[in-house]
Amino acid sequence: MIGALISQIRTLWTVLQHTFTPADTVEYPAKPGWFGVTKNSTKVGPYLAPRYRGRIVLTRDPDGVERCVACNLCAVVCPADCIALQKTEDENGRWYPEFFRINFSRCIMCGFCEEACPTYSIQLTPDFEMCEYDRQNLVYEKDNLLIDGPGKYPDYSFYRISGMAIGGKGKGEAENEAPPADVRSLLP
Amino acid sequence: MPDEVFIYVIVFGTLLGTLTFAAVLVWFERRLLGLWQDRLGPNRVGPFGIGLALADILKLLTKEDWIPPFADRIVFIFAPTAVLIAMFMGFTVIPWAPGVQIVDLNIGLLFFLGMTSLAVYSVLLGGLASHNKYSLLGALRAGAQMVSYEVFMGLSLMGVVMLAGSFSLVDIVNAQQDLWFVVSQPLGFFVFLIAGIAESHRLPFDLPEAEHELVAGFHTEYSGMKFGMFMLGEYLGVILISSIMATVFFGGWLGPDFLPPFFWLAIKIFTLICFFVLLRAAIPRPRFDQLMSLGWKIMLPLTLANLLVTGGIVLLTGYQP
Ligand code: SF4
Ligand code: SF4
Repeated sequence: MIGALISQIRTLWTVLQHTFTPADTVEYPAKPGWFGVTKNSTKVGPYLAPRYRGRIVLTRDPDGVERCVACNLCAVVCPADCIALQKTEDENGRWYPEFFRINFSRCIMCGFCEEACPTYSIQLTPDFEMCEYDRQNLVYEKDNLLIDGPGKYPDYSFYRISGMAIGGKGKGEAENEAPPADVRSLLP
Repeated sequence: MPDEVFIYVIVFGTLLGTLTFAAVLVWFERRLLGLWQDRLGPNRVGPFGIGLALADILKLLTKEDWIPPFADRIVFIFAPTAVLIAMFMGFTVIPWAPGVQIVDLNIGLLFFLGMTSLAVYSVLLGGLASHNKYSLLGALRAGAQMVSYEVFMGLSLMGVVMLAGSFSLVDIVNAQQDLWFVVSQPLGFFVFLIAGIAESHRLPFDLPEAEHELVAGFHTEYSGMKFGMFMLGEYLGVILISSIMATVFFGGWLGPDFLPPFFWLAIKIFTLICFFVLLRAAIPRPRFDQLMSLGWKIMLPLTLANLLVTGGIVLLTGYQP
């Protein structure tokens, strides 16, 4: 009983000491926070880690070609079913999306699409300032999603590594790949 | 100023003053909780967010005031009024400053105890009239808690009465010229403090409304200003208990001369209220059976022992107040 009482009094004292500790709250967006910079650098907010799951972008590989190969894996894995795309091909036989649409009014920022993507094309970024007054404005088309850089993976290029033959690159010409064996030469 | 006018000034001053203070207290408590929990608390409406008090009242007044069809209409409406009436009646005996008091009853302390007991009816009736099992459980708890804590709430004050030789609050304050009763009656103060928290069913003893198990306890079915009245009653209860504590144990209006007497009382009341908020910020809620056994097995014997020792000392030393 006495022990319990002392423990309660110690609790009171500990809480009372917090009179002089500053509040942890960041008055975003009314007042500047302590560090970290968001997209328009005049506004300062709480620090967001690079792997923060925010607005989704489509990236390009180091050669400046869009990475997405329209494989539909992201659309399949998406639990909110908010990705829509249509595959098409260019003259080299390379697949790319004809349109690519993410409905951010349904997206739950789970990051599954990023994990499913075989080409590191779709990536989530540390930005959440995407409020709109009109719901339709939350549907982002490929123009809105595609950025000019490679995002979080600067050196990765799917076509340079994969064994897929494509215009300008034949079988066996990818990095770390041996030319295909001539099966007839293996005959006894 | 003629006496007739003066008494009206005091009455309306008390009424409006306590009401305003109770409304502001809603905001103040949340800011203070925020401070102690390293948050900011409501700070948007007006300077420091003080406009929240007004906004809250406007919100409560304009909300739909719904009476459930299954409730007992008359009692349902009467219950929240009862708590306000009881609390306001309790304020009549508080001496704000020498001569500034609505009525100096020679049984002032008993009157206060009686009025806080009446407040139990409000909670009980509100819970019963709602015809809702959560409300009923809340009312049941409130009944048991408040009736059992009332027993030694009264008894804990008797030591003070013995030393002051009077039930009148003015006499009690005057008896503290040399020494506050919190020094000569520490046990009485401690017990009264705990009983006072339980009586105004504030955290950590807010079992009648325990949100996590009883939805909102006895006022589950209440909305709009009727809920607001329960809320107001609770905050008035805090002010009332703090005022009585300041008067009975901390020397009321007494204090060095450089501040007028009322300010001394106000400072004491304010500090006590902050302590109430600190309790809310820091201490978790006990289980109901723990609350009951604390009351009957520890607090009551403590009070009786305190009474016995005080009485013995008064007898032995032939102390005359
Ligand atoms: S983050 Fe999740 S919900 Fe949003 S598009 Fe990707 S998979 Fe769908
Ligand atoms: S998973 Fe990647 S490559 Fe496949 S369609 Fe989605 S974004 Fe394009």
